[in-house]
Amino acid sequence: MSDIPAELRFAESHEWARLEADGTVTVGISDHAQEALGDVVFVELTEVGKVFAAQDQAGVVESVKAASDIYSPISGEVIAINEELGGSPELLNSDPYGAWIFKIKPTDAAELDKLLDAAAYKAAIGE
Amino acid sequence: MGQRTPLYDLHLALGAKMVDFGGWDMPLHYGSQVEEHHEVRRDCGVFDVSHMTVIDVTGPQAKAWLQHLLANDVDRLHRPGRALYSTMLNERGGIVDDMIVYRLDDAYRLVFNASTRDQDLAWMTEQLGAYDVQLHERTELAMLAIQGPQARHKIAELVTQSRATLIQHLKPFEGYTDGDWFIARTGYTGEDGLEICLPASQAPGFFNDLVGAGISPIGLGARDTLRVEAGMNLYGQDIHQEVSPLASNMAWSIAWEPATRQFIGRAALEAEKAAGVAHKLVGLVLEERGVLRAHQVVRIADVGEGEITSGSFSPTLSKSIALARVPMATADRAEVEIRGKWYPVRVVKPTFVRHGKTLI
Repeated sequence: MSDIPAELRFAESHEWARLEADGTVTVGISDHAQEALGDVVFVELTEVGKVFAAQDQAGVVESVKAASDIYSPISGEVIAINEELGGSPELLNSDPYGAWIFKIKPTDAAELDKLLDAAAYKAAIGE
Repeated sequence: MGQRTPLYDLHLALGAKMVDFGGWDMPLHYGSQVEEHHEVRRDCGVFDVSHMTVIDVTGPQAKAWLQHLLANDVDRLHRPGRALYSTMLNERGGIVDDMIVYRLDDAYRLVFNASTRDQDLAWMTEQLGAYDVQLHERTELAMLAIQGPQARHKIAELVTQSRATLIQHLKPFEGYTDGDWFIARTGYTGEDGLEICLPASQAPGFFNDLVGAGISPIGLGARDTLRVEAGMNLYGQDIHQEVSPLASNMAWSIAWEPATRQFIGRAALEAEKAAGVAHKLVGLVLEERGVLRAHQVVRIADVGEGEITSGSFSPTLSKSIALARVPMATADRAEVEIRGKWYPVRVVKPTFVRHGKTLI
């Protein structure tokens, strides 16, 4: 059973999204995703200033096993990337909900409602 | 559902993530593949390799038949207890499989890959002809590999006195029978260690003893990164039916002498040599961040293109390494295409780590 925090929203492609008090949205990958990937050894981060539509490719996570694309769960502009993952990509394994990947300024915060809540994500991954 | 080794239930109990490997349900890792890798390099770990194919060859013409079947020469096994690495080739010089051959008292034991079992048995049966030889597949045996600098020392403390003495005196590439166990000093990690064949019924108890003594179970994931670092080829990936040992960094495993020994594939190898071998297997080291993967294209300026056959992150070197088949001319540097971008790589001898030491 993986950890699925109730306050987060999830994409079917296994990213999590958290709405912050300042209206920005923080994005990472779920505990289930890091578990399936195995040891993460490299993260190709996106760039600050990039503008994404929902489900646009927004970086790559490479584990010992395979390379997996990360997708932006919502539309918006990237305002920060987690540089710490450059030197310590394994943080995605040890602390998947603390090790965020990028922060986005949403075009339309209502898009968050289209993502899965914790219960729906739990069902989607068959737990 | 795939085939299961006698240790299947234990793998689940130890929290293994199971995957299909050549039709077998095998442990990929028990938590962290990278940690398991380090454990083998600095101490030791135990692998369930019961999926591998074990065939004993007996009969008055066993030696003559193997001298016909294999590119290496079993005549080099001067006495029981010795072992050698060999390939078995098709008429075109392509590799049907690679194996270790152990000389027993009254037989030869061949240990092959798991995924090639059916093609190997079909090929071998086809080559029997009029030879007075019998093949016995030993499915009743389990096989454990205990690998790492501390492997022999730690195992010696967990077995009977006679087995401990045997383990102490074993030289590399030797293997002997003790009761219903067969203990060999061979492996697939680039470290010292043992491979032990024992009755399937005894395997769970012994595996449990090892884990209880603090020896970590190691999955197929670490087995792969360890063997890539050691520069050991994997059948189906680096070597296959369409490439010869000459193009696979394995020319050393071909016994050309005596010239009268007409092993299968010899004529094709001689023709390939005479024409000039077109490709070789090299090592690549990615200096930048990223991960080299199988089938990525390798470009060598003014020479031509090649392809990665095995690529991985190297836990020991903390960077990505690969085995690649490139034009014989090659160069010191090359480029690899990763997701549409070209990354510079160093071209090195394909042995990155041996006995815990970095060689590049």
